[in-house]
Amino acid sequence: MANLTLVQAINLALTQEMEADDRIVLLGEDIGLNGGVFRVTEGLQQRFGEDRVVDTPLAESGIMGSAIGLAMAGMRPIPEIQFEGFLGPAYDQLINHGARYRTRSRGAITVPLTVRVPVGGGIHAPELHSDSPEAIYAHHPGIKVVMPASPYDAKGLLISAIRDPDPVIYFEPKRIYRAFREEVPEDEYTIPLGKAKIVEEGSDLTIVTWGAPVLQCLEAMDKLPDDISVELIDLRTIYPYDMDCIEESVRKTGRCVVVHEAPKTSGFGAEIAAMVQERCFLHLEAPVQRVTGYDTIMPYYKLELDYLPEADRIAEGVMACAAY
Amino acid sequence: MPTKVIYNAKINQIQILDENGKLDEKLARGGLKDAQVLKLYEHMSICRHYDEVAFKLQRSGRMGTYPQNMGQEAIGAVALAAIRADWMVPCYRENAALFLHGLPMEKILLHWMGDERGNQIPEGVNITPISIPIGTHMLHAAGIAWALKLRKEDAVAFTFFGDGATSEGDFHEAMNFACTLKLPCVFICQNNQWAISVPRSKQTASETFAQKGLAYGAECLQIDGNDVFAVYKAAKDARARALKDGKPTLIEAYTYRLGDHTTADDARRYRDAKELEMWRLRDPLIRTRKYLEAKDLWSDDKQKTLEAKAKEIVTKVVKNAEGIEKPTNDDIFDHTFAELPEEIIRQRDTMHTHSLGQRPEQETLRASARGV
Ligand SMILES: Cc1ncc(C[n+]2csc(CCOP(=O)(O)OP(=O)(O)O)c2C)c(N)n1
Ligand SMILES: [Mg+2]
Repeated sequence: MANLTLVQAINLALTQEMEADDRIVLLGEDIGLNGGVFRVTEGLQQRFGEDRVVDTPLAESGIMGSAIGLAMAGMRPIPEIQFEGFLGPAYDQLINHGARYRTRSRGAITVPLTVRVPVGGGIHAPELHSDSPEAIYAHHPGIKVVMPASPYDAKGLLISAIRDPDPVIYFEPKRIYRAFREEVPEDEYTIPLGKAKIVEEGSDLTIVTWGAPVLQCLEAMDKLPDDISVELIDLRTIYPYDMDCIEESVRKTGRCVVVHEAPKTSGFGAEIAAMVQERCFLHLEAPVQRVTGYDTIMPYYKLELDYLPEADRIAEGVMACAAY
Repeated sequence: MPTKVIYNAKINQIQILDENGKLDEKLARGGLKDAQVLKLYEHMSICRHYDEVAFKLQRSGRMGTYPQNMGQEAIGAVALAAIRADWMVPCYRENAALFLHGLPMEKILLHWMGDERGNQIPEGVNITPISIPIGTHMLHAAGIAWALKLRKEDAVAFTFFGDGATSEGDFHEAMNFACTLKLPCVFICQNNQWAISVPRSKQTASETFAQKGLAYGAECLQIDGNDVFAVYKAAKDARARALKDGKPTLIEAYTYRLGDHTTADDARRYRDAKELEMWRLRDPLIRTRKYLEAKDLWSDDKQKTLEAKAKEIVTKVVKNAEGIEKPTNDDIFDHTFAELPEEIIRQRDTMHTHSLGQRPEQETLRASARGV
């Protein structure tokens, strides 16, 4: 066991998987000697050589498209896109090719790749370094979407993603890259994709969230009156997601608040709200609340905390839902 | 059928003012006049000071990430080759050209201070906001040039980008569009040898960046990017060619990033100190000053006066950038569309009333949330 940050936990998972499986190749911008702009791949090129940790030319479509080819030919590529804002040029490759090969070849060709992408706001970053596009990818069939919220989960989920036979986009919430440490076992372990985690048990109301906002939700829960007992669910995998866990919780509490950084309209919270009414209609005591980013361009950092669902706003959402 | 050569190409490299400040008189003919060199030297020096101050602002927590332009100020000469009606479509290491083309200096600071008003370019200044996504904005320059051509305006679009940017597909599409449609567009690649930590040798296997334009039918050349005379001449010739023949030019300005990639970077992790030292000697400021001194146009006294002036100007710029009132949080919403859809208005209103995007008239929940 070691007390690790999220960055270190990911680095450890990459190291161990690369030791165990020489089909794994890392490719991306500045991931070699520089160790990635967030140092997630620190030391890996020194350890595994320039053939397995590759600084590519500056081209996201090139990174994603060639990773797809590597995967089709039996390798296990782990491309890194430097920030979520630069997924744009890679989008066509990932969605129109990577996510479709299995289906269109009726299983003859598969694309087992894991795209790593830092995601989300809250670190005073420049434009296009703070977005939350997870719902876009969850909307596309054929690709799994993962977002850890703690170092322990980061390691177990990444190992599952790497071993998964299909494309996975693994979003790393940069706001919590180094926000806290957690005991992370040295041994390899997996956390199954598609399984949520109950962070705190409660009986009056369910919060469903994922990524960095898990921390803001915990902070919000501290602000609530003592007589409101909240169950906090960290979804961990956004697609396929653990509706059974949400259902069981909401059947118990009768109230549900979804929290995410992405814009409200067509955010993944909309999907959860729809499924909650589908599965828990007769158990609901209140409409499902959403506490989210707004339907606007993510503002530059002077206003980013007004945009993001911070603890006060989450607490308001919980109160509104509880008071209904 | 015998084999024959059906295509031959060469790339010229142009240097007019060498590292020691020595001028090639023949090549310099018809180029920059001494008054312009003086103006450029002063301007580049002010930009250098601006860069140093910006760095300190970041380090002291008064500004976010900032990409220093240090060492690449000679690109400012492009603006002297341009007319007001020309467009500049920049990346983020062209401060010197943008300021000369009319961009208020506080705009760039504001941008990096996390304020969109840094992108609110005054009317009549034909500059697009700096581009954060790499290598994707050159297509806009092609489109702007297209519009200029359709409207028969006597103006061109200059677009700037780095060596790394040439690896993006959009670069190639922009070159191809501009050349095929014969658009008055000038492509300027500032090859500063690095794309963050990735050296030029890992970016491309071709000998020059300039030759990448050959395949599209552009006029291509490499210039010493730290030589204001060469930058000016290349930009001026390219502009004339674009207007007269509708032929785009790709100019590779061979230069060097003297600073870290940005304030979030530490180039010592990947860059040889000796390489940096060698390039310090090729600093555009040093050689321009040497040229002026040799012509008796510069002195230590003038230098002192200039330094004081730079300080005064930049202090004022910082004051303006920092003095601006914080935007209200309405600003998050108000520029999303010309006319805001109802849902966005509702979200804005309910942000004020703390009623979570549902009903603005709903009572504020803030007090109870705090358990008061
Ligand atoms: C599409 C895209 N991919 C990646 C990045 C991250 N990034 C920012 S600057 C940079 C390197 C740019 O190198 P170059 O084009 O040579 O310009 P320079 O910074 O050297 O002036 C990278 C990879 C980005 N901003 N946009
Ligand atoms: Mg560069």
